Amino acid sequence: MAINRRTVIKGALATGVASQAFKIPAAVAQAGPIRIGFLTVKTGPLASGGLQMEQGVTLFFKERGNKLGNRAVELHTADTGGNPAQARTKTQELVERLNVHCLIGPLAAFEALAIDDYIRSTQTPILTVAGAEDITQRKANPWVVRPSATSAQTSHPLGDYAAKDLKFKRVATFGDDFAFGHECVAGFQRTFEDNGGKVVQKLFTPLNAPDYGTYISQLKPNLDAVFTAHAGSNGFKFIKQLREYGNKTQILGGFTPVDESLLQQMGDDALGAITGNWYSAQLEFLGNKKFVEGIQRDFKVDPGVYAAETYLCCEVLEQAVKDAGGKVEDKAAFMKALKTVKVPNTIRGPVSFDELGNVVGNSYIRKVEKKGGKYVNTVIKTYADVGQFWPYKQDEFLKNPVYSRDFPPSKNLEN
Amino acid sequence: MTRWNAIWLAIVAALLIAVPTVIGNEFYVNMASQVLIYALFALSINMMLGYGGMVSLGHAGYLGLAGYACILLTINGFDQLSAAILALAFSTVMAGFFGMLSLRAPGLGFIMITLALGQIVWGIAYRANDLTGGDNGLRLPARPMPFGIDLNSAPRFYYFALAVVAVALFFIWRFSRSPFGASLMGARDQPRRMSMLGHNVWLIRWLTFVLAGFWGSVASLLFVYYNLFLSPHALGLQQSAEILLMAILGGASSLAGPIVGAAIITLVKNVISSYVERWNTLLGAIFVIVIIFMPYGLVPGCRELWRRIAQRRKPSASKAASEPAA
Repeated sequence: MAINRRTVIKGALATGVASQAFKIPAAVAQAGPIRIGFLTVKTGPLASGGLQMEQGVTLFFKERGNKLGNRAVELHTADTGGNPAQARTKTQELVERLNVHCLIGPLAAFEALAIDDYIRSTQTPILTVAGAEDITQRKANPWVVRPSATSAQTSHPLGDYAAKDLKFKRVATFGDDFAFGHECVAGFQRTFEDNGGKVVQKLFTPLNAPDYGTYISQLKPNLDAVFTAHAGSNGFKFIKQLREYGNKTQILGGFTPVDESLLQQMGDDALGAITGNWYSAQLEFLGNKKFVEGIQRDFKVDPGVYAAETYLCCEVLEQAVKDAGGKVEDKAAFMKALKTVKVPNTIRGPVSFDELGNVVGNSYIRKVEKKGGKYVNTVIKTYADVGQFWPYKQDEFLKNPVYSRDFPPSKNLEN
Repeated sequence: MTRWNAIWLAIVAALLIAVPTVIGNEFYVNMASQVLIYALFALSINMMLGYGGMVSLGHAGYLGLAGYACILLTINGFDQLSAAILALAFSTVMAGFFGMLSLRAPGLGFIMITLALGQIVWGIAYRANDLTGGDNGLRLPARPMPFGIDLNSAPRFYYFALAVVAVALFFIWRFSRSPFGASLMGARDQPRRMSMLGHNVWLIRWLTFVLAGFWGSVASLLFVYYNLFLSPHALGLQQSAEILLMAILGGASSLAGPIVGAAIITLVKNVISSYVERWNTLLGAIFVIVIIFMPYGLVPGCRELWRRIAQRRKPSASKAASEPAA
């Protein structure tokens, strides 16, 4: 067929119409659809995580036939570009122009903090996946629930495990030099040192460090383990380089470094790494098996923590919508339903929320193993019902400053 | 021609004032406020770029200096007005200091030094956790209330921003038409001849640098008032480059150019990106097309196009009309 100008225009028109038709699912429910705003990152350095977040949400609503309870759903996806000012503008668009009833996202802690006051002033319920501790702690936002975990929530049990079960004494910590890295390392350091361990080296690497050689060569020879809190592809790079330098030290990690989405490419380098996480693709729950199969079928990848957290958000949202009798328009009642919701069968097991809106749920210690030619995160210990303050008391915990490079203070450094 | 200019000005002003009533939706009014804020950034950098030929890659640094100063002062008990004045003063003094450093080297050296200074400000904002909250950023408790007017509603903030930008625009217009502006352009085109004529080229450039820094700081305050939040991401190299590109895209040699450039980039980034997933590519394509067909930017390019069309239509009349204006 000869392509002349007219066919091109026709084609363009057709795709335009089609995309419009798909964007707004035909929904003539009793009270109109539930409008959900989804903040993700599709451009820039954080886009790989944002893409997986989208996979989780897409799969969920495909499974549910675009419905929550018996109400249809209208999903609006916005690209924040991983940039706080743009995240704010996109949130304004979702709330003011599209009148969404609730939000899911955003990915990064600094994005969540940038829209924090806006969420308060517009009273928009939001299910966040960002780790920033203070959103549900010292500056708790009454409109936020966090079904995944704070940055340090799963580091606490890992520190406990490393000191008590593994009997480690000397550990060096690594992390990306931004708030998530600082908080993730700090949580590990605190429980590890409270149980008799010593963090003898504490190194933070720039987010865009091309090479970790100079840091790895500083490592002391007599370490029990190296803890890493690198996020995204940085975890991949770090572990690979550590092994390339011939360093065989045991690897410990937060919930980002040996993510399932990258694990197959990491190969033998990651074998034996022990990490603390609220999720593993290996969990035997029925819902999780279905989720893993769905992601593998639709996107040809293993689901990592980013896909899992948005799927989890949707599961929590679904139950809350049912609890509220589908009335998402009554913000206060809907928010109350979100905060008091108890979901017994999510992909991570049973979850409920504390009064500050943060999740209480299982925390897993996982070990990278090879099963049937595939690398997997096998669960080797489960800490049940871990909240954000575990194992400390809430009021004592909140009296301390937020986790950072300097808190808790490092008394055992040797360099 | 001046009468026509006055009529155009009145039409544009009426349109700008009518924006909130015409648009109605709060989101788009907020979008218009953002366009104004970035337009002021682009206008301020254009004082150096367009009239002085000085390319700066550190302009977002003022966002850090004025922005953090304003927030920190407000948090520590100063009222909004004195916080704003002190922040502007601090940032302008720093601009004076930065100017002394950067103007030691001409051309490429100037670009690299401004880049380095901008990155230093960014680095401090990123690292000084106790002061700036590091990566987590700082929050401004509330928007100011000039003369008791609450700026929290979208149209009111828009008018506030519009008033500030109008004052800045008038200032920059006077600046470009003044003898000082003429000597700046002279220093851009013929620095050696200008110094031979007795002008202090260094001083002319330095004063321009400081003025650009001042208006950049004003834009920064608007930015902080609008977002009520500041983190190091807002003052990175990308932001500096974006401001520079706004001025270049619209046309650095014109007064209206930076405003047009700011509007295009802000709208593509925030509105079009909802419909076009590859909006970065779209932005890149716009740049390439503009540079190919209108190397001096959109506004001078369109003006040239308009002049050609007019000439073709009535060759004799327009020649006669355009002569006295030129």
